[in-house]
Amino acid sequence: MKCKYLIIGNSAGAIGAVEAIRKVDSNGSITLVSDESNHVYSRPMISHYVRDIATFDEMLYRPKSFYDDQNVNTLFGKKVVKLQIDEWKAVLDDGQEIEHKSLLLATGGKPIIPKIKGLDKNGVHSFTTISDAKAIRERVEQPATKKAVVLGGGLIGLLAAEALLSRMINVTVVELSDRLLGPVLDPTASTIMARKVEQSGLTVITGHTISEVLGVDEICGVMLDDGRKIDCELLILGVGVTPNTQLALDSDLKVNRGIIVNKRMETTTPSVYACGDCAEPYDFAYDSFRPTPIWPAAYRSGAVAGSNMAGLESEYDNGTCMNSMDIFDFPVISVGRFNPGEDEGCDILYRLDEAQSVYRKVVLNKNRIIGAILAGEIEKAGIILSLMKNKVDASEFKEALNHKDFGLAYLPVAIRNKMFRVKKD
Amino acid sequence: MKTGEKFCLLIINIELFILFFNNLDGAVLSIQINEKYCIGCRLCEVHCKVEHSASKDILSAFKRERPAVLSRIHVDEKKPVSVPMQCRHCKTPLCVSACLTGAISKDENGVVLHNPEKCIGCWTCIMVCPFGAISRDERGKKVASKCDLCPSRKIPACVENCPNGALIYVEAK
Repeated sequence: MKCKYLIIGNSAGAIGAVEAIRKVDSNGSITLVSDESNHVYSRPMISHYVRDIATFDEMLYRPKSFYDDQNVNTLFGKKVVKLQIDEWKAVLDDGQEIEHKSLLLATGGKPIIPKIKGLDKNGVHSFTTISDAKAIRERVEQPATKKAVVLGGGLIGLLAAEALLSRMINVTVVELSDRLLGPVLDPTASTIMARKVEQSGLTVITGHTISEVLGVDEICGVMLDDGRKIDCELLILGVGVTPNTQLALDSDLKVNRGIIVNKRMETTTPSVYACGDCAEPYDFAYDSFRPTPIWPAAYRSGAVAGSNMAGLESEYDNGTCMNSMDIFDFPVISVGRFNPGEDEGCDILYRLDEAQSVYRKVVLNKNRIIGAILAGEIEKAGIILSLMKNKVDASEFKEALNHKDFGLAYLPVAIRNKMFRVKKD
Repeated sequence: MKTGEKFCLLIINIELFILFFNNLDGAVLSIQINEKYCIGCRLCEVHCKVEHSASKDILSAFKRERPAVLSRIHVDEKKPVSVPMQCRHCKTPLCVSACLTGAISKDENGVVLHNPEKCIGCWTCIMVCPFGAISRDERGKKVASKCDLCPSRKIPACVENCPNGALIYVEAK
């Protein structure tokens, strides 16, 4: 089989690439290979599936006609086992060979599976794909399932915990670090979130991990590192994801934590691109290349890769790690470097209203915003992100950034006029 | 078309052209905002609510409809400055590429559409919208709320009811 563009993967990054390629090249043949055998779906919605508030069809990221509309040849349920980059050939697990002219690795992330004794028992699941969600929902719907343990108090773990709680399951979250949502919140925001989580009825154990899964064939509990036992009929491993780089490693592409790419999302081998969770895209807030395992970055970096593959030069240069969540009815947005080291000499402005559960923080370096957290009040967060991307000198208005009504009217007219297309006369 | 009208259109087009290359992501304006003429009367918000109410009647919309109707345009204010802002229907909308579920899309006319059925209220669009033009609708199922350019009207309600020409509708194709 021959094609012009070969895309490995079928999630946000792959779709971003397909849509970008088609903007430039309406005819070039696209083949998309995915080891999952379903239509592209919104991975963040797997918690909705577990909650039973969304069917799989309601989780589709693009309409059912997407691949036909975009003229994409799909090979679902197939795995690329080998890349012969010198010959521009990819070999599938069924022996089929696909010749191509350019290649995109959009292989995503894979769940981190910690080394714990007894993980092979029934009732232990990760929380990344629709098949995980289906297995968890099935387990939840068994009358014997009354208690669950979630390992990991990050975004994945808390989303899983929230979904299980809504199914009337008694849930305990076990987190190794001393606070919830460590990578996406600072300690103050974590404390507010912890209060919300406790009010919801969830039990949280921080500073500990699981040392053993108990049970014969079926899980009946877990033992913590301090010897404590917790009964449960379900264990979810929500520790996080790590770049899925196996194919790249086997093909001698340079890999750090993720696949190394430049701002064009091209790997160390010309015409081989990588995007999304498997890669290490540029992060403007850190001015360095680092894994950015978030959906919007996957789509955007995929779109940049696709555009370059089709011949329209494009750079992924204004992405950073950013998260928006609304768990336990508490909306929080965090972007960029919201928790810098004390020795970095950053200017930190914040407003904390514990009674109202409102916390806003902006981090500036030489009067340029480099990170922010908006908890409880999230409106206009995008304006702050935009000022950050454009490295606007905020000395004139920085005090207003955490104001409840902060908006365009607080900015100097010249900025409003130039950046936000508001005419002044 | 009269010569005068053509000239006006030409000026508008030149202006658009300049804006196109000066701005964030090269979006083409649909509703132009001129803050000098905004007097902060918020009639745009009032008429946006009426347009998006069930009755489309100003008294019913404000007095009777429950849950209360939300405005999709917001006047940012810090006296004496007031700036009306609604979805800019960007050429390369960050909300569309960031949306986790495919709830936001751009149609063939360039209108950025939001489908509340598909929305899960994750607020990723609020995080990325450079104009702060998307807000939360938490009256029922949590969903985003944004300008839809009044699909059943020729001219959006906010523009038609702005008493001072602070909002001008420029159809950009």
